[in-house]
Amino acid sequence: MEQQYKQVNFNLNGKDVSCVVDIRCSLTDMLRNQFGCTSVKKGCEVGECGACTVLIDKEAFNSCIYLAVWAEGKHILTLEGLLGPNGELSDIQQAFIDEAAVQCGFCTPGFILTGYEILETGKLYTDDELRKLLSGHLCRCTGYENILKAVKKVMYQRLGKTPEEA
Amino acid sequence: MYDIKALYEAESTAHAVQLRLEHPEAQIIAGGSDVLVQVREGKRAGKALISIYMLDELRGIRIDDEGNLRIGSLTSFSHITKDPLIQQYIPALGEAVDMVGGPQIRNIGTIGGNTCNGVTSADSASTLHAYEAIIELTGANGIRRVPIKDFYLRAGQTDIRPDEIQTAILIPQDSYKDTAGYYFKYAMRNAMDIATTGCSVNCRLSPDKGTFERVRIAYGVAGPVPMRAPTAEAMAAGKPVSRETVQAFAQAVLQDINPRDSWRASRALRQHIAVELASRCLTESVHRAGGAL
Repeated sequence: MEQQYKQVNFNLNGKDVSCVVDIRCSLTDMLRNQFGCTSVKKGCEVGECGACTVLIDKEAFNSCIYLAVWAEGKHILTLEGLLGPNGELSDIQQAFIDEAAVQCGFCTPGFILTGYEILETGKLYTDDELRKLLSGHLCRCTGYENILKAVKKVMYQRLGKTPEEA
Repeated sequence: MYDIKALYEAESTAHAVQLRLEHPEAQIIAGGSDVLVQVREGKRAGKALISIYMLDELRGIRIDDEGNLRIGSLTSFSHITKDPLIQQYIPALGEAVDMVGGPQIRNIGTIGGNTCNGVTSADSASTLHAYEAIIELTGANGIRRVPIKDFYLRAGQTDIRPDEIQTAILIPQDSYKDTAGYYFKYAMRNAMDIATTGCSVNCRLSPDKGTFERVRIAYGVAGPVPMRAPTAEAMAAGKPVSRETVQAFAQAVLQDINPRDSWRASRALRQHIAVELASRCLTESVHRAGGAL
C-alpha cells in the first residue's frame, strides 16, 4: 500500500501554519512531531485520560482521537499558546503553581486548557458544575482538589468576586 | 500513527455516497471516538476509512417544513445540549447526551455515530426511541427514512445500506409537542462510564393534568438493542395521574425488557434498576409536565 500524505492548513496558537502529514497521524502526533508542541501529552491514546487535550475552535478535544487532517481550517490552541510574548505565564497557569495543583505535571497542560475553556465562558459555576466540566481528565498524583481550587480562584478573580459574594 | 490502510475524505454528501460505492470495504468515520479507538485496539486495524467529519452541511438543528425537529447527524453532543430548540422542545435529549463520556468526548462525539454503531448502551438511543425518532439515510437513489426501532437490526448492526450514510435524525412534531421527559443513566461513575442501564420516559398529560394521555418509555442495556416497553406504555395510557399508575407502569416494564448477565451487572440487578428507573423517570416527567403525584 502506497503511503498517503496530505497538506493541512490551520492556525496554531494564533499563527497560520501548514504542513504535509501522513494521513495516519493523530492530531497529537502532528502537533508534537511537526510543531514541537510537547505540552500535548501522549497518555492513554484512546480518549480517556485527557492528557492530550487541545482547544479546537475554542472547544476542548482529545487530540489523540482526532485525525491530523481534520485540523484543516481550524484554530488550534495548545498550552504553548497561553504564554505571553515574553514567556509570561497566564493567570490560570500561575494559579496552578500557587495552589500546588501540579505534581508530576503530566496531566497539567490538559487540565489547564480545559480550565481555560471554562474560564473563557465568563460564567460563575458551582463546585459540582466545575467538577463535571473537569471530569474528562485523569490525575494520578495530587488528587483533584487543588486543581479545582486553582480553576475556581481564577474564575472569581476574573469575575471580580469573592466566594462569599457569589 | 493509526493503522489505517487508506483515508477517503468526503467533500459533500453526494461525494460520500460515491465513495461508499467505490470503496464498499471501507468503514465510515464521523467523530471517530469509537472507530479510532477500535483501530487502536486492533478490532478495525488496517481498514480503509471514509471520513465524513468535515461535512458541515450535516451539522445543526432546525425545525423542518413538516414540523419535525431535524438534527444533522454530525451535530456533536455538546452542541445538542446547548441548542435552544432542543432546550425548548426536548430537553431530555440534551440532558441525556450531556451524560456521554466526558466533556472532550461530548465535543467530538456525534449523534449519528452514536446511533449508527448499534450499541445498546448509547446514551442518546433510549431518548430517541422514546420520542419515536426517524433516521434519515441518503444513498444513490435519494433519501430513505426508517423509524429508529427498525434501524437497529441486532447488537452492533444497523440498517445502513452499502451506498448510504446517515444524514439526519428527525423527531416528529407529534412526538415532541406537549410532552415532558426525563432520562436517567445508571452507571458506576459520574463521568467516563457506560450505562449499566439507561431509561428515558416522556409523557403527555390531559389539559387538567389528571390523566396520562400518552406515555413513552425506552431503555438502553435492557436487551441487545435499545428498546421501548410497549406493555408498560399501553398500561399507563388513559389512566389517572397517580402513584398507583406509576407503580403499575414500572412493574409492567418487566414484561417487555430482556436484560442479560454481563460483567457490568447481572440480569437481576438490571431488572431491579429498570423498574426503579421507570418509576423515577415517569415521576419526574409528570412534575416537568406540570402535574402532581
